[in-house]
Amino acid sequence: MKRDLNIKIHEITRVEGHGNIVIDVKKGEIKELKLEIIESPRFFEMMLRGRRYDEAQHIMARICGICAVSHTSAALRAIEDAMDIKVSRQATLLRKLAFDGEMLQSHILHIFFLVLPDLAGVGSIVPLLASHPEMAKTGLELKRLANEICETVGGRHIHPISLFPGGVVFTPKPADLKKLKRELEASFTGLEAALEFLADSELPDFSLEREFISLKSKGEYAFYSGEPVSSLGKEIDPKGFTEEVKEYVVEHSSAKHARSSKGTYMVGALARVNNNRRQLGPKAKDALKASGMKLPCYNPFMNNMAQLIECFHATEEAIGFIDELLELGPKPEPLARPRGHGRGVGIVEAPRGTLYHEYEINRDGIIESSVCIIPTAQNLRSIEDDLRAFVPTVLDRPKAEIAKGVETLVRAYDPCISCSAHIMDVSFLD
Amino acid sequence: MESQEKPRVAFFSFTCCEGCQLMVLSCEKELPEILKHIKIVNFREAMTEKSDDYDIAFVEGSISRRDEIRKIKKIRKQAKVVVALGACSSTGGLNCLKNRYQMEEVKEAVYGKKAAAHYKLIDTIPARPIDDVVEVDYYLHGCPISKKEFLSFLTALLMGKNPDIVNHPVCVDCKMAGNICVFEKGGHCLGPVSRGGCDAICVTYGTWCWGCRGPVDNPNIDSHRETLERYGLTAEAVISRFALYGQCRQGKKC
Ligand code: SF4
Ligand code: SF4
Ligand code: SF4
Repeated sequence: MKRDLNIKIHEITRVEGHGNIVIDVKKGEIKELKLEIIESPRFFEMMLRGRRYDEAQHIMARICGICAVSHTSAALRAIEDAMDIKVSRQATLLRKLAFDGEMLQSHILHIFFLVLPDLAGVGSIVPLLASHPEMAKTGLELKRLANEICETVGGRHIHPISLFPGGVVFTPKPADLKKLKRELEASFTGLEAALEFLADSELPDFSLEREFISLKSKGEYAFYSGEPVSSLGKEIDPKGFTEEVKEYVVEHSSAKHARSSKGTYMVGALARVNNNRRQLGPKAKDALKASGMKLPCYNPFMNNMAQLIECFHATEEAIGFIDELLELGPKPEPLARPRGHGRGVGIVEAPRGTLYHEYEINRDGIIESSVCIIPTAQNLRSIEDDLRAFVPTVLDRPKAEIAKGVETLVRAYDPCISCSAHIMDVSFLD
Repeated sequence: MESQEKPRVAFFSFTCCEGCQLMVLSCEKELPEILKHIKIVNFREAMTEKSDDYDIAFVEGSISRRDEIRKIKKIRKQAKVVVALGACSSTGGLNCLKNRYQMEEVKEAVYGKKAAAHYKLIDTIPARPIDDVVEVDYYLHGCPISKKEFLSFLTALLMGKNPDIVNHPVCVDCKMAGNICVFEKGGHCLGPVSRGGCDAICVTYGTWCWGCRGPVDNPNIDSHRETLERYGLTAEAVISRFALYGQCRQGKKC
């Protein structure tokens, strides 16, 4: 279709803060297409320079209020790698439990506060309370529970306190863990309702083959730890991650872009489900089946379904971790001490994808330099590629419909805190 | 209040992690009640143009780029009451750690020489609290803010009372929480000179006070010197070791 089209969407959704979409089509040909990231940059690499190693997790958590546990964990693992610190099983379990809490919290915000209202044709969770009261209440309740997991382990769901180099410095009471377990067991009903709703909804049938990068772990579905792998079968040495994945600066974005040795790749829930489906828990596997999602799945709109499947998995996994903790009988432990210094790498699967921290720590325990590669930055190139392929498929539709499709596509990636952008609609209803 | 219109409240976000805004949004239980008494007209910078009419502005984040100076001035002009929300906004917070270096060096180290020289979006100035640019009526401290404090602040403001912002050291909270003092365990802590109001949560959950709420007004360092001396430390040494949140106000203006 040889039409002209000019779309500029301001603040489409939170992408590490503020982002605009610009699309210019002349005579059916895309002349310009970009996702502008206009957020003011923060320079964490420089903030960290010269600080003590045991401040790094505290500082780096403050990159993002939503995925603070992920940044804390990546920081701890990089510090512990650099300083040869071995952490106890109990500490690892507590950290992984907090990690599940964050995974749930982040995914649930996105699914219930953003995706479901969109699908129900309403603006936010508030009208959803009227049109689908059960669903909206379930969302609020699941979010509260997810926050409670992080609070029980870390003291606070935003910037948790107790996760510390060498272990964990607070031990939750067995009674609190048992209470969490009971509530987690009861929460599958809500997840199932959401699954049914999502599976019944119509998502654009759009597909673009691409590389998926995620961690993979031997014993479990990789969230907190594992080795980076690619869906193209490449093995990636964790220490050589920055050779496989290169960041670069583009003029229209204050967030860097990234490419792998093969070009565009995607990280996040869809990448993980594609790469690690065999390691999903039984309930998550059932959910995958019920979702109708066929793997490998190259439809970015299905990222939301992948997030929901991961909610099942994180819930099952958290229950398992609590069981093991209760069996161990949680008790205060001394921190494991540093035994060396040098370069260390910590990679985790944050809710939005592979998150890489690397520190150089000197003999005095001072951080000399650091590198941090965040998931949203890695997905920006993939988002732009998708848009470039998606727009021509809908060019014959009315402009408003195209704009909505474009926005939904970007949101499906859940770029940073899109979820909170949506809750803010609360404000306009009164 | 009855006959009057509800106060119009807006939230704005500058350079930060947005954790303080999320803290507000996690008041799930209280939000419906709050919404009976206020009208939130803006929860994002994006909506500035659309609803420029508000009475109370909650501002999160530091000022760290030239365009943010313009924006915060505009907010100040419109709002009757400006509240700094969280450490980034009230003291500059962690963002000020980058101020230890020249801005050219900061940009080049992270984005490379070419981008640093030419790309407008990565422009940066030393991070600063918003009161470096505009007048601020109230401060809610913390990184992140305390939900409890936010709610009681809002209640007081709506009732026309003067909100009472804590000005005692964290040690007072810490004693109330029944914690064993970090100094007793051989560690260091910023509690004696830091502003409380957080229930000393960091000590309760196993670390020390990092000073995220900034110093108490007129920190009476003398009265704490004794404690510190007992453990072989000067107040200055403690502050410099834990200067995470104190970069901006260490003598120099940005
Ligand atoms: S004060 Fe802390 S929690 Fe609040 S926005 Fe700033 S970095 Fe985030
Ligand atoms: S110095 Fe720190 S640990 Fe000791 S009482 Fe004060 S706040 Fe608590
Ligand atoms: S204990 Fe200190 S660092 Fe922790 S919240 Fe309170 S003032 Fe902030």
